[in-house]
Amino acid sequence: MTTRQTLTALRRAIALAAVMIMAVAVQAKAELHLDITQGNVQPLPIAVTQFYGEAVGAQIANVVEADLERSGLFRPLDHRAFIQTPDQLANGLPRYGDWKVINAQALVSGTASVQPDGRLKVEFRLFDVLAQQQLTGLAYFTQPDGWRRIAHIIADAIYKRITGEDGYFDTRIVYIAESGPATARQKRLAIMDQDGENNLYLTDGRVLVLTPRFSPTAQEITYLSYFNNRPRVYIFNVDTGRQEVLGDFPGMTFAPRFSPDGNKVIMSLAQNGNTDIYLLDLRTRRQTRLTDNPAIDTAPSFSPDGSKITFESDRGGSQQIYTMNADGTNVQRITFGAGKYGTPVWSPRGDLIAFTRINGGRFSIGVIRPDGSGERELSTGYLVEGPTWAPNGRVLMYFKEKPTGEGGRQRQVRLYSIDLTGRNERQMLTPTDASDPAWSPLIP
Amino acid sequence: MRMNYLSLCAALALVAACSSTPEKKAEVATGGTATTTTAPQPTKPTGPVPGSKEDFVVNVGDRVFFGYDKFDLTPEATATLDKQAAWLKKYGQVTITIEGHADERGTREYNLALGERRANAVKNYLTATGVDLARVQVISYGKERPAVLGSNEAAWAQNRRGVTVIN
Repeated sequence: MTTRQTLTALRRAIALAAVMIMAVAVQAKAELHLDITQGNVQPLPIAVTQFYGEAVGAQIANVVEADLERSGLFRPLDHRAFIQTPDQLANGLPRYGDWKVINAQALVSGTASVQPDGRLKVEFRLFDVLAQQQLTGLAYFTQPDGWRRIAHIIADAIYKRITGEDGYFDTRIVYIAESGPATARQKRLAIMDQDGENNLYLTDGRVLVLTPRFSPTAQEITYLSYFNNRPRVYIFNVDTGRQEVLGDFPGMTFAPRFSPDGNKVIMSLAQNGNTDIYLLDLRTRRQTRLTDNPAIDTAPSFSPDGSKITFESDRGGSQQIYTMNADGTNVQRITFGAGKYGTPVWSPRGDLIAFTRINGGRFSIGVIRPDGSGERELSTGYLVEGPTWAPNGRVLMYFKEKPTGEGGRQRQVRLYSIDLTGRNERQMLTPTDASDPAWSPLIP
Repeated sequence: MRMNYLSLCAALALVAACSSTPEKKAEVATGGTATTTTAPQPTKPTGPVPGSKEDFVVNVGDRVFFGYDKFDLTPEATATLDKQAAWLKKYGQVTITIEGHADERGTREYNLALGERRANAVKNYLTATGVDLARVQVISYGKERPAVLGSNEAAWAQNRRGVTVIN
């Protein structure tokens, strides 16, 4: 099975070791730092040189460079302007003047070599060109097919060293791959690296599947499946490929999400025309009803500390976003703008809730503070929906659907990411149409 | 020329949606399949077999329509459901699945809940008129299974529907 092959590769890659490389210059002067909390960040000019040694070194550098570029926070410089060569960098100190003259503020060098035991050793160093000092340096060991993950881990290390925040490059996206005409759409559960590589289909498209969400442990996905024409919440084990229905409910269960500790799944149950929110404990299998209202209560999402839940409800007459305590008490409405608000998702940092808004025939993605203040719109379109947070809470992904073809009778659906600042909107490259993205935590 | 043809079909479909004549409803039923743009078939001399799925679709009407974000039954809808109930009483061995659908102008989860509301509105009406509860199942597809493609109110109105499917 393709699933098994990939997972084996993943496990091997996980068995890597990171070793700190001693910095040459220890004393820090005015240090290179990028404050990404500000609205308008000038991308940092960075020179990412090819890693010296094995041919894969060039590919590793390309992946690192692409990760940093896509973040919108870095501006990789044209390799043709580089003066000092990778082998000179591998065998000596940077000639800082060579990098200063092309306006590089940061420099990345590295090596890739095969060890006697067949493992690949990848080393990188990050330099502050103006302060003329090494900022960080790490060495990793991996099976040769783990090189791509190492590249993402290196990009995360660079991102963290320069911004002070955790990166999000060593992550994956689970999503729904779509194909076929809109009246008979085929939908498959699919997973890929956050840069669109290693795309893998987890289901074959015979059964309608929707709204996959990662477990905080990244080994499991909870989602809605129409298996046997009984729409229910399932768990998919990414390691084994095993699918299991969650709970024993008398009606449709949907809109699942894990609790932050991964031990519970929160979801909606629709029964006799009424939808309420339930909590299922994965260990005891105990079901707890959290809302009891004739309205539609759905799309629940936990706060990262597990103490609160945000959800959407039309109990006030139209679809709006609410918060409540994790036991269902203290319900507060937090959206009051024109139109409707749905799909609330609590940021992993806890400070914001992302949502979909429908107003005046347009859809938008926005964020709001949990107390209902500070609402901001990030992206808008014919249909934009379903935000998901990067694990560092700085980037959002969602899907955009637009009419295409004659009379707007077909649809193009694609995944996009955007900075929390509302800048740097990027389309994800997917082999097919794609919707319902969910970002994994950093891979452990 | 092509555009005109398509517009004509869309207009036909819309008229059919609002009409309560069985002939027009048959066109809606065929329009709901993958062959949206094909012209209505001429009526064959021999009609559908009484009691068959085709009989139900052609001579009774298998679907009712809802307003935007609504799940209450219109007078047109209850008229259709009265006919469905009569047919179901006549063919007492038949079981049904009621599908609830939404247009694409809502979010995915909300539309799943809305589709379930609509399917239950149909179910409640049918069972209140005497159809045995044990014969009725409901399923919501939210916005996943539009009957008609288009980025306009005419198409969306056709997709906000409850469809009674003979098992």
